[in-house]
Amino acid sequence: MRERAMDLYEHQARELLRENGVLVPRAEVVATAEDARAAAERLGGRVVVKAQVKTGGRGKAGGVKLADDPAAAERTARRILGMDIKGHTVHRVMVAEPVEVAREMYLGFTLDRAAGRFLAIASAEGGMEIEEVAAHRPEAVARIPIGPAEGVTEAKAAEIAAAGGLPPETAGTISRLWTVLTAYDALLVEINPLVVTRDGAIVALDGKVTLDDNARFRQPSWDDSGDRARDPLEARAAAAGLGYVKLDGRVGVIGNGAGLVMSTLDVVAGCGARPADFLDIGGGASAQVMADGLSLVLDDPEVRSVLVNVFGGITACDAVADGIVRALDTVALTKPLVVRLDGNNAARGRAILGQLAHPLVHQADTMDGAAARAAELAA
Amino acid sequence: MAIFLTKDSKVIVQGMTGAEGMKHTRRMLAAGTDVVGGVNPRKAGTRVDIDARTVPVFGSVREAMDATGADVSVLFVPPPHAKAAVTEAADARIPLAVVITEGIPVHDAVAFQAYARARATRIIGPNCPGLISPGQSNAGIIPADITKPGRIGLVSKSGTLTYQLMYELRDIGFSTCVGIGGDPVIGTTHIDALAAFEADPDTDLIVMIGEIGGDAEERAARYVADHVTKPVVGYIAGFTAPEGRTMGHAGAIVSGSSGTAAAKKAALEAAGVSVGATPTETAGLVMALLAEPAETPGDAA
Repeated sequence: MRERAMDLYEHQARELLRENGVLVPRAEVVATAEDARAAAERLGGRVVVKAQVKTGGRGKAGGVKLADDPAAAERTARRILGMDIKGHTVHRVMVAEPVEVAREMYLGFTLDRAAGRFLAIASAEGGMEIEEVAAHRPEAVARIPIGPAEGVTEAKAAEIAAAGGLPPETAGTISRLWTVLTAYDALLVEINPLVVTRDGAIVALDGKVTLDDNARFRQPSWDDSGDRARDPLEARAAAAGLGYVKLDGRVGVIGNGAGLVMSTLDVVAGCGARPADFLDIGGGASAQVMADGLSLVLDDPEVRSVLVNVFGGITACDAVADGIVRALDTVALTKPLVVRLDGNNAARGRAILGQLAHPLVHQADTMDGAAARAAELAA
Repeated sequence: MAIFLTKDSKVIVQGMTGAEGMKHTRRMLAAGTDVVGGVNPRKAGTRVDIDARTVPVFGSVREAMDATGADVSVLFVPPPHAKAAVTEAADARIPLAVVITEGIPVHDAVAFQAYARARATRIIGPNCPGLISPGQSNAGIIPADITKPGRIGLVSKSGTLTYQLMYELRDIGFSTCVGIGGDPVIGTTHIDALAAFEADPDTDLIVMIGEIGGDAEERAARYVADHVTKPVVGYIAGFTAPEGRTMGHAGAIVSGSSGTAAAKKAALEAAGVSVGATPTETAGLVMALLAEPAETPGDAA
């Protein structure tokens, strides 16, 4: 299992918009200050230097700066590269030509989970946190449902523009943004701000696109090599097909099924310990999957104890126990392991672990008891 | 009685001849489900022997319904073909389609949910374990032997938490357990199940399991406050989930301040729902409520 939604970097989103006919400022993406200077020279001297990280609030954090000439672009890029913005390290900056803005607006398409369809969101006020505007002055943000069968026709695009208070000339951009959403299986596309320039052009100054990882099978062009998992354990889990999220505590948590693992994290936290990992071995996991999962969590240097919480539905508890035994053949267990098995073949699974008689392997009868024990052993 | 699925339900399986389809068809038959056919256009006219039963394979949902009177389809069709399979089921006007498939693109789910709604086909899922009315019928992958028939109704976004609660409350038993799935766009919602349980004379108490992401639980809480007279016990998973990370289920993600477990718990409690801190505590709340003597009309005044 992989992460299910993939945010693109601004420069990737910009490329999708550009390929689909949305006007964007000329720009280059670079990884060094020297290259930023060269890019600024090519772009005419005066440029905007923008940190490329997958998080909002870059401007507030000092990650977006205007530079008046190539030398200033180099200095600015040097300051921004390596900066930490909400836990994201800046490895690249975008150097873009500045745009003479007459007017800033907001335009996006997002999923309305409750209604089970997409919504256009349009506002005559852009360039700021749209969530804030929506929260404080909901009337300033138009939300227009899109019929799943109809999509965005020319008439619908005009309706969206009018509802959001956008000029009629934005209708083309609205249609093109919808094309990006549907053609690339995106869950969210957003242009903020969408601007009218001094000479009347409609330009996307910044774009955000979130792709639906479930559609990967029909989107072969997606390239996220080396980008998906910044944590090495997450990269390893992705390669092994395990559902994994690295957390910042001390108790490694392994279970079957996303809901049960999430719940186990909460129960561990309720016992006063912080979970170190979320690892879902999935439904019907084999002994090999269990062994891979346990090895992974044991390799997390932060982990002080491991909790395996399995309710066997499709998953067989004896396979889980076999997987634990198999993992211990190859990994020296130096941290305590608490195991709770219930459901399908639980008695057989418990017997296998009983026979193992490993001094660091503890069995627990209940989920709460297992969490309490694992929390205590991690203290 | 039970909701959505009863002993009279006639079940077909789209994708029955695949590995998952075969495994779970066997389990459904063992649980007493009346599986009357499979659907596979390339194997139409063949038959499959499963344990003591012989199940015919039809070329389409329509053919299967005409030949057997089927009124439920369970889908084990892989993600690239799921949209076409659900569309076919809806075109045949099957009343209930249970979509087990995990990993269906959201754009496909948006399209087929609207399509099915327009044809009065109820969808459960996708990415769900299905539903079971213990002792009557089992449509999906929920293990049948961990509980028994009884008077609790259960609706949940999570498969394994469904099993955990079924097991903890096995001595009391269930009318129906519905796994609605953890995807962002699902067919049958908490509210749909709450409404059906409220109307079901054989359900005395409702357990509702939610998790982070979206605001379905908050909307369900408002529904409980306005429309549900039976006791409701809740549980929410994901208090420790960090913002912006997908916790296994495609829909389980906290975005900014929205979709948090704390907000969902608070909304449920404000609606008079007792919310457990752990699955075990949640089961304890159910047992305590069912042990209380029934309220007489005078007590309410």
